[in-house]
Amino acid sequence: MLRQIEGSRAVAETVALCRPEVVCAYPISPQTHIIEAVGAMVKEGLLSPCEFINVESEFAAMSVSIGASAAGARTYTATASQGLLFMIEAVYNAAGLGLPIVMTLANRAIGAPINIWNDHSDAMAVRDSGWIQLFAETNQEAADLHVQAFRLAEELSVPVMVCMDGFILTHAVEGVDMLEQSVVDGFLPPYEPRQVLDPDDPVSIGAMVGPEAFEEVRYLAHLRQMDALVRIPAIAKAFEEVTGRASGGLLRSYRTEDADTIVVALGSVLGTIKDAVDIRRDAGERVGVVGITSFRPFPREAVREALSKASRIIVIEKAFSIGFGGVLATDVALVVQGSNSKVFSVVAGLGGRAITRRSLEDLLAQSARGDLKSLTFLDLDGAAVDRERTRMANTRRSGPSAENLLRDVGTEHAASKVKS
Amino acid sequence: MTRQPVRFYQVGSFAVGNRLLDDEDRTVQSNPNRTNSIDSGHRACQGCGEVLGARYALDAAMRASNGQLVAVNATGCLEVFSTPYPETSWRIAWLHSLFGNAPAVATGVAAAMRVKGKSEVRVVAQAGDGGTVDIGFGCLSGMFERNDDVLFICYDNQGYMNTGVQRSAATPPAARTATTVTAGPEPGNVFGQGKDLPRIAMAHDIPYVATATVADLHDLEQKVERAMEIHGARYLHVLVPCPLGWGSASNETIHIARLAKETGLFPVFEAEHGTVTAVSPIRRRTPVEEYLKLQRRYAHLFGQTPRPDIVARLQEIADENIARYGLITNDSEDSVSTGVTA
Repeated sequence: MLRQIEGSRAVAETVALCRPEVVCAYPISPQTHIIEAVGAMVKEGLLSPCEFINVESEFAAMSVSIGASAAGARTYTATASQGLLFMIEAVYNAAGLGLPIVMTLANRAIGAPINIWNDHSDAMAVRDSGWIQLFAETNQEAADLHVQAFRLAEELSVPVMVCMDGFILTHAVEGVDMLEQSVVDGFLPPYEPRQVLDPDDPVSIGAMVGPEAFEEVRYLAHLRQMDALVRIPAIAKAFEEVTGRASGGLLRSYRTEDADTIVVALGSVLGTIKDAVDIRRDAGERVGVVGITSFRPFPREAVREALSKASRIIVIEKAFSIGFGGVLATDVALVVQGSNSKVFSVVAGLGGRAITRRSLEDLLAQSARGDLKSLTFLDLDGAAVDRERTRMANTRRSGPSAENLLRDVGTEHAASKVKS
Repeated sequence: MTRQPVRFYQVGSFAVGNRLLDDEDRTVQSNPNRTNSIDSGHRACQGCGEVLGARYALDAAMRASNGQLVAVNATGCLEVFSTPYPETSWRIAWLHSLFGNAPAVATGVAAAMRVKGKSEVRVVAQAGDGGTVDIGFGCLSGMFERNDDVLFICYDNQGYMNTGVQRSAATPPAARTATTVTAGPEPGNVFGQGKDLPRIAMAHDIPYVATATVADLHDLEQKVERAMEIHGARYLHVLVPCPLGWGSASNETIHIARLAKETGLFPVFEAEHGTVTAVSPIRRRTPVEEYLKLQRRYAHLFGQTPRPDIVARLQEIADENIARYGLITNDSEDSVSTGVTA
């Protein structure tokens, strides 16, 4: 049923349709609306049997999830940003133990400086943890991916993180076609754990493993992610068969058939990128888009195939590895290694800075002129950065840069207002 | 359950052979059909207090739950020596996740059992003192505060023994560890620090808090059984001497644990809903020296440059415990010659 609904609410109601048995909650923006809504449904008795546990930290949220999942319960939690970092030890542990927990990550920047708005630094911080990471482009896809995530996680005994852009998706009200309970029940069989804490059939879970077997255990985890490369498109196809809707999969291409320039990105910014590409297409440029849904496992073959005809690949991403450059760009560059295509890394939208269609059009124009550098920071206020560099050069006790920049930008902004 | 303590003074201790007891008073361990939760072949040190305490506690919990038990373990000695891959000593359902999250993991297991309609399955979480008072404290306090249906057992050997004997917030003053060396004017661990976890647990108003030592294993079993009769958050703090970390002879573990109680340095008591309901009185009041001298972690207090001033401060701590919990009763034989009165 098509409803005008907030992204968080759509996810919460879809998670409820998946009949989770234990849900853990610790509040952090911009994920909070999701667990509030799930919690309310549990308390109202709409989601029975289900235990909703308010814990004292994200570390506890993931730890309770680990215990619940190891005891055989379908388990869900959600977090963002600092919360993900606070639980990171348990995030790795859940993957290492092979527990099919599903978690929503409402992508948000990481401090300092503290910032509640959207970027992908949080997801990138745990990309090597062994979790499957799926990125939603729209709220429709965010909702749909949760149903697919439970099935994928439980089939493979691997935890799955559904990444959706904080505020941009979580707080946006738009049309979402909500699934029926019967459809979800038909798509998602009851959870049958591969390992479980059962007093009548006792096993030790979480034993110490030394050098004689650790690499094999880790390699098995890698193989399960390789299996996911097959299962993700298969599950998306099965989902399409019962819902008539294409959601999920490894990646999606847009107007790439004859494209010599392809933009690669994750998440909600793909919508704006497609708009910019349409405009450049109208101007006669052969540009296309590849949106990657499955960031981990990274679909090497599918990405190579999708980008095989492009000579210029522009990777736009909301995170970067400080001291190097784009994270996704690095993965893409590795995959297209040996081809004639050149990969450009564009860092954009950090800490919630809007990525506008106009900026993207300019970027594509710059690329068409051959002026794009290998690493670009979109819409960077270089003058403000230079002024802070000058202050730092002039005075040892120049103070905190974040506060200096705020004062600088604020003053400049005020001055320009007075002038106009 | 009211219990009539049995005393056999003629053997010079409270240690009572099971053959002298009625069947119902005999220990779980005396039953050849007990669970054997921790099987032989583990790699604990000789004289390890922790594995002794864990064995008694878990076998008692297994009997109390009719075998319907899941144990969650924090990282630490107990986890490491019991499960070097591919061997495991655990013959019960057992899960180890991390160092600092055993209480929360146990909460999750208990929640899953409830939702699965298996409420007969009981959950025990266990950790050393580091996993309890330090790195696991946040999760433990959260579990207490929510009154989750978990029995949490701390095996307190007063330091990070698995990593090579470093100080924890349960390390007593003056004790030598690798991070509180015997240098400076206050050699060893400093005074005025540390957490008294049983009292902190009581402040959460949870239904049951108790302390025990491996010197009185009947008492330990009975406290586990009492805890298992109750639902909600329960806390059991067991003093377990560590020959490695304390520098004591491996055949002195039980003796040292008994002296910890008899000196008053480790008060043994039970509390329900924040109120002390029972104490194990000191039987023969003993000066702290007798306890300290058996342990090389206190060797710097004796030897060539003895520090009677520091020993006196430790005695003050013992005396404060005795006064706080009323550990000297009419049954106590006050044989202390220090002139301190309770």
